[in-house]
Parts: sequence; C-alpha cells; structure tokens
Amino acid sequence: MARYIGKRMFYMLITLILIATFTFFLMKILPGSPIASADRLSPEQRAIVEASYGLDRPLPVQYFDYMFGLVQGDLGVSINQFKGAPVTDIILNRIGPSAQIGFQGMLFGTIIGILFGMIAAVKQNSWIDYTSTTVAIIGISIPSFVFASLLQYWLAVEWQLFPVAFWKDGFMSSVLPSLALAMFPLATAARFIRSEMIEVLGSDYITLAKAKGASGSEIAFKHAFRNALIPLITVLGPMAVSILTGSLVVEQIFAIPGIGEQFVTSIIVQDFSIIMGTTMFFSIFLILVILLVDILYGVIDPRIRLSGGKN
Amino acid sequence: MEKILQIKDLELSFNTFGGEVKAIRGVNFDLYKGETLAIVGESGSGKSVTSKSIMRLLPESSAEFKNGEILFGGKDLTKLSDKEMQKIRGKEISMIFQDPMTSLNPTMPIGKQITEPLLKHQKISKPEARKVAIDLLRLVGMPKPELRMKQYPHQFSGGQRQRIVIAISLACNPQILIADEPTTALDVTIQAQILELMKDLQKKIDTSIIFITHDLGVVANVADRVAVMYGGKIVEIGTVDEIFYNPQHPYTWGLLSSMPSLDTDESKLYTIPGTPPDLLDPPKGDAFALRSEYAMKIDMEMDAPFFKISDTHKAATWLLHPDAPQVEPPLSVIERMKKFPGSRYYEGSAN
Repeated sequence: MARYIGKRMFYMLITLILIATFTFFLMKILPGSPIASADRLSPEQRAIVEASYGLDRPLPVQYFDYMFGLVQGDLGVSINQFKGAPVTDIILNRIGPSAQIGFQGMLFGTIIGILFGMIAAVKQNSWIDYTSTTVAIIGISIPSFVFASLLQYWLAVEWQLFPVAFWKDGFMSSVLPSLALAMFPLATAARFIRSEMIEVLGSDYITLAKAKGASGSEIAFKHAFRNALIPLITVLGPMAVSILTGSLVVEQIFAIPGIGEQFVTSIIVQDFSIIMGTTMFFSIFLILVILLVDILYGVIDPRIRLSGGKN
Repeated sequence: MEKILQIKDLELSFNTFGGEVKAIRGVNFDLYKGETLAIVGESGSGKSVTSKSIMRLLPESSAEFKNGEILFGGKDLTKLSDKEMQKIRGKEISMIFQDPMTSLNPTMPIGKQITEPLLKHQKISKPEARKVAIDLLRLVGMPKPELRMKQYPHQFSGGQRQRIVIAISLACNPQILIADEPTTALDVTIQAQILELMKDLQKKIDTSIIFITHDLGVVANVADRVAVMYGGKIVEIGTVDEIFYNPQHPYTWGLLSSMPSLDTDESKLYTIPGTPPDLLDPPKGDAFALRSEYAMKIDMEMDAPFFKISDTHKAATWLLHPDAPQVEPPLSVIERMKKFPGSRYYEGSAN
C-alpha cells in the first residue's frame, strides 16, 4: 500500500510539473499583460514595473525561476490586483468560505441523495421512487444559479429565514449557497445509488441474505449499500473538485469572498501569478481527490485492493 | 416416520407482461424427518420455483400463491407475514444456492457472513458466535478456519465457497435444508467432494434435505426418495430404487434413457424430442403427451391422476390404468427393470 501511494505520488508530481509548464506558457502566449491596461505609464515607467516583477527577463529564465519557486511552495506575488501580496496568502484567505460551502453542499447533497436513491430502489415503482426520480432529473437539468436565485427569493426575501447575501453571519450565511450547491450532488447520488442498488438487490448474495432471515433494512444497509457505492464514489470525487472550483457563479450570486470569485476577477485583470497559483491549487486538489478515490475503492471493495503491497 | 413438511395442492403463478405463467400447477409431497428428497426435472419444470416458494424467496411483486398450502410446524407458510417468515428463514429452513461464485457477499468477510444468522436467530454474544462459526468451518472441511474468518469470498475457490455457503446454511441447525442445484456450477471432482460432505453432514446433524437437481447421477448418489417434476407438476415419486429401476412414467423413461452410462455401447445418446410446455398456456391434458411416443388419446384430453405402484411409489400416467394397453418401455429402461424385484421384467439375481 505504502509503495503504491509512493508510486502514485511520483506520477502526481510529474502531472503537476506538466500542468504548471503548460499553464505558464499558455499565459505567456496570450495577448496582453498584467500592466497593459495601465495606459498612463510612460515606456520608462513600464520598463521599471516590468523589471520589478522580473517580467523583462528572457522567457526560459522566468520559467525556471517560477518553477523553482513552485517547488519551494512559493507561488509568487500578485502583479496588479493586490500589488505585491504573496499569492499563497491571497488563496489561503479566500479558500475558507469556498471550502465551507462546498463541503457543506457536498455532504448534505450526497447523504440526502443516497437516502433518496436507496429508498427509491427498495420501493421500486412506488410514489417515493417517482418523486426521487423527478427530483434527480430537476437537480441535474437545472443549473445551480437558478436554484440560488429561487432560494434567495423564497427563503431570504419572502420568509426572511436566512441572509440574502454577503458573508457576515457565519453559518447562517453559508446555508443558502450550500443548498444551491447541494442540488447537483444530491441528484447525481440519488440517480447512481438507485440504479446500482436495483442491480445489487437482484444478485444472488442478496437472496442468500434473505434466506438467512435478514430483514429488508438489514439487506439494504448491511449487504447492498456497500456494493452499490463504487460507481458513486467514482463520480463524487471529481464532482467535489468541480463544486469547489465551479462555485464561482454561486459565490457571485451570494457575494461570498471565495476562491471562485477571486479566480474570475484575476482572469479579467490578467493577474498572471494569481491565475497560475489558483490553477496549481485546483490541480493539486483534484489529483489528491483522485488518489483518495482510488484508495477508497479498495476500502469499499476488497477485490480491488491496490497492488504494490501485500494484502 | 414423522412428516416434517407437507405440500398440498400447491399452485403458484407469475404475473408477467405476457400474462399469467403457471409455474407450479398442483404439487403434492411430504418430507420426512432425516430423509433426502431429490426433485429432478429439466429447466423450467418448476423444481427451483417449488423450493424457493417454500422459503418465500420469490419476488413478491410477481409471484402469487393461487392455491394449496405448505405446512411446516403447524403453520401454513404461504400465509405467514414477512416478519414471521424472517424467523423461519435461516433458522428452521435454510438454503444452499446454485452458484457459489455469486452467492456470497463480495464486500463482507466470510466470518461475518457465517455469524450473521447466529446473531440474528440465537441469543449469543459475538465471541460465542465466532466460535460457532469457526467450528462450522472446520465441520465443512475448511483448513485453518481461524485465519480464514477475516478473508473475503474472492480469496476462496469455488468449492471452498460452496463449503462456506453450506456452513452458513447449517449455522442454526435447521430442520430442513433446501439445496438448489448445489453442485451444478462446480467441476466434477469438486462436485463429488461437496456431495460427500453433504452426505456426511446429514448423518451428523439429522436434517431433512430437499435436493434440487437435473443430474440423475447426483440423485442416485445422495437421495432416499425422488420426485420427478415436469411442466409444474410432479409426475412420478418414489424411492431411489423405484425411480431408477422400476420407472413407470414415460417422462421418467425419457430422463433415464438420456443418461449416459458406462455399459451402453450405443454411440448416440438418447434425447427427449421437443421442448418443455409453455406454462403461459399449459396444454389441456398430460403436459408431456406432445413429446411422448406412448401418448394415448386420453392424454391429450385429461391429465392423469396418480396411480399407486407401491406404498412409496406413485406415478401420474394413464398407462397404469387397468384399461390401458401394455406398452414396452425403451430398451435401456427394460435393462434397468430386470434388476428390480417386483418389476414385470425382473430376472432374479442372475448375476
């Protein structure tokens, strides 16, 4: 197991270097520069600013300089958005709210979705099944910003249960954005668990469990659930990442000072080092989640215990 | 002998999109304490459905009892609630399934799978259940049972898995063990081992066994009595010797003739012509009549009642009616009958 993880870490490092290189040169190829919009600068002033950020050096030098910093955990400094502030600090300041609503949304959505899916599978073709299927279709087909607006309108404006926007009331502020984000994982979990549970419930070992005298709920939770989980965690891992990165729309709607909102602004003003830093941050996150999912496979299903170690 | 299970006029149908499939059309038999009753028949004859209906393991949404009763311990199993059934399953009646590769939960250690019925039905602690489970594994011939309790099904071979399934089924000392083709999915050497094990265990624990199979070789090996099923009905029932050496129903003749044996020198193996009846629309008379060269006019009109041959042997064929013409069974069957005292071809113990 340790050997396997070590091997995976090595490949992860190579992946990250490739991503960093690719993003770096992509940024350089793009027209414009972080200081292009500062029209009032004279050519001399511009040269001074460029020199102060090292942008006047040859491209390979800039590249190796950046990569060297990256290896040491230094993502550089902001060029125009927060003039000179370290990118690491900017990301760390912004990650809190995003992580909180993303985590809450994922957790709530997945748990409720799994319950919906399980009940729908056990009571196949009942009204519960049809309701859960309808919820799943709605959750998948309607984008989160529509939910966000509806939640704002009803729960915040009409009934005034939660704040409409802004990140001022702690947990209360996080409820509506979390709910808006929860819809997609909820729908996905319900759909996957339902179809997988139906298949598992028809298998021979479920009949054997029944023949042992197990009750309906024992069969569903003790025997079927674990076997129905594999396809779900396959999609949940990357979804967790996309919820954190893709929450920028929801963050905009609720005016949450999160990393998604930050990312969009940086792209607009072409703050090269923040874009790079955020991209690297998301990449590391995604790669770690994929590793975690692969390890989880083995925990859930002993038949796919990972090679590289004994047992 | 004490009757432990009585099935009376059992009729069961599946409601499908195509209509009502009459899978069991009036089955009667008794199971005695300590005996092994084999139910034989080809695919679709209703043998598996009969066994699953005793355990009520058929899908509730489509399977429906139409008539009859399954009497066990003074209760009619067809009328019990699901809760009451759960107390019987795995405790009083347990079951072994056909395919050991798929009948164990792949994500649960086998120790947990064996202790599950113990913890469910008996008031014992986890460590005690573990001890019983280890003893059970030893009983079914699993080497190093303590070490194997934590392992998962994929770490065992097919034969070992069937031993585990047998251990699970025996956990609560059931009164009846239903074995639904327990050796069909295993290769021949393992088959023999599993059959030996089952015979051995039956001597030790005195359970009644219903053994479902389509393999007559297996039947000869394990059974005390045999019921031959065809088209959702039992067509002949008797002791092993009576069925093998004095068969009366043309279908039993066909089955025995299509069994390869070491002393037949014919190069071609006999097969019963035609296909099993469509139970969506069962034939009016004897279901086997259309495939039988011995069929008479009445077979097309009316199903035969049971005719008694001995106290233990009866068959549902009009050929046994006093007015029926004498017919010659197939040659291979006559050869068999020559060995059976009491049959009309008996030649004495010449060799």
